[in-house]
Amino acid sequence: MMLGNCATSSSLSTTSDEDIVNNNLTALVVDDSPMIRKLHDMHLKKFGLKVQVAENGKNAIDLFRCGASFNLILMDKEMPIMDGAEATRELRTMGVTSMIVGVTSLDSIFDRQAFMEAGLDHCFTKPLTTENINFLLQELNKNNEEN
Amino acid sequence: MDVVNQLQRQFLDYSASLHREGFLDDQFTQLQKLQDENSPDFVVEVASLFFEDCEKLINNMARALEQQGVDFKQVDASVHQLKGSSSSIGAMRVKNVCIAFRSFCEAQNREGCLRCLQQVTHEYSLLKNKLQTLFRLEQQILAAGGSVPAIE
Repeated sequence: MMLGNCATSSSLSTTSDEDIVNNNLTALVVDDSPMIRKLHDMHLKKFGLKVQVAENGKNAIDLFRCGASFNLILMDKEMPIMDGAEATRELRTMGVTSMIVGVTSLDSIFDRQAFMEAGLDHCFTKPLTTENINFLLQELNKNNEEN
Repeated sequence: MDVVNQLQRQFLDYSASLHREGFLDDQFTQLQKLQDENSPDFVVEVASLFFEDCEKLINNMARALEQQGVDFKQVDASVHQLKGSSSSIGAMRVKNVCIAFRSFCEAQNREGCLRCLQQVTHEYSLLKNKLQTLFRLEQQILAAGGSVPAIE
């Protein structure tokens, strides 16, 4: 596990205060595409988060059932076995209060709204950008300060 | 040093042409920025995964379109996935074909879908060749003792 390597990375490093804060944050990337999992994993690690991946909604649920917890979940919508909306609903029913963020190629407002209603905190269109992650980390750190 | 400078110039020119011709967009540049000394092969690895994805999805689309009664929802699901992957890696031309492809799926237009399948296969092959050339240039720079210039 690479810890604290954010300080050594080039253009994405921010102040060391933020690095220390982000190093306590954990994230779960849920997506059936190995490419997307690798991309989001790297992107979040660059910001100093500890990241795990799951390849569908059911695997994500199983992780939580085994006692894992994460500050942030990046949830794809279209996945085999259990899709993102169903997984999100199930996690909320289980009492999971992590920030769940949909990351999807869905472009119809209707589809995105339906996904949001499953219990998401935010929903972004693929591809996830550095700006999106910055925004999420600000929100996460705000939540942590309030608790 | 001359050789390195020459190779670096070649790399930058080639990279610029790929952007200019629409093969790659800014998302690919973002990918390159994620690569660092801890993960020196990150971009190559992501590109390999993308090409595997492409091949699998294109095969799915072809099989679905061969059926007597085409299940357009199934075709659309694969196109949708390819659109997501291609936009995430910055494969702009592939992504644009996917956008058109989805319209034909929605219209249940088999001929239109077959045309798009041909186009997407063509664009994917082109991009694969071009990226392989780009990666080869990177390897040549490193082999000559230079460093790969950052793209801004």
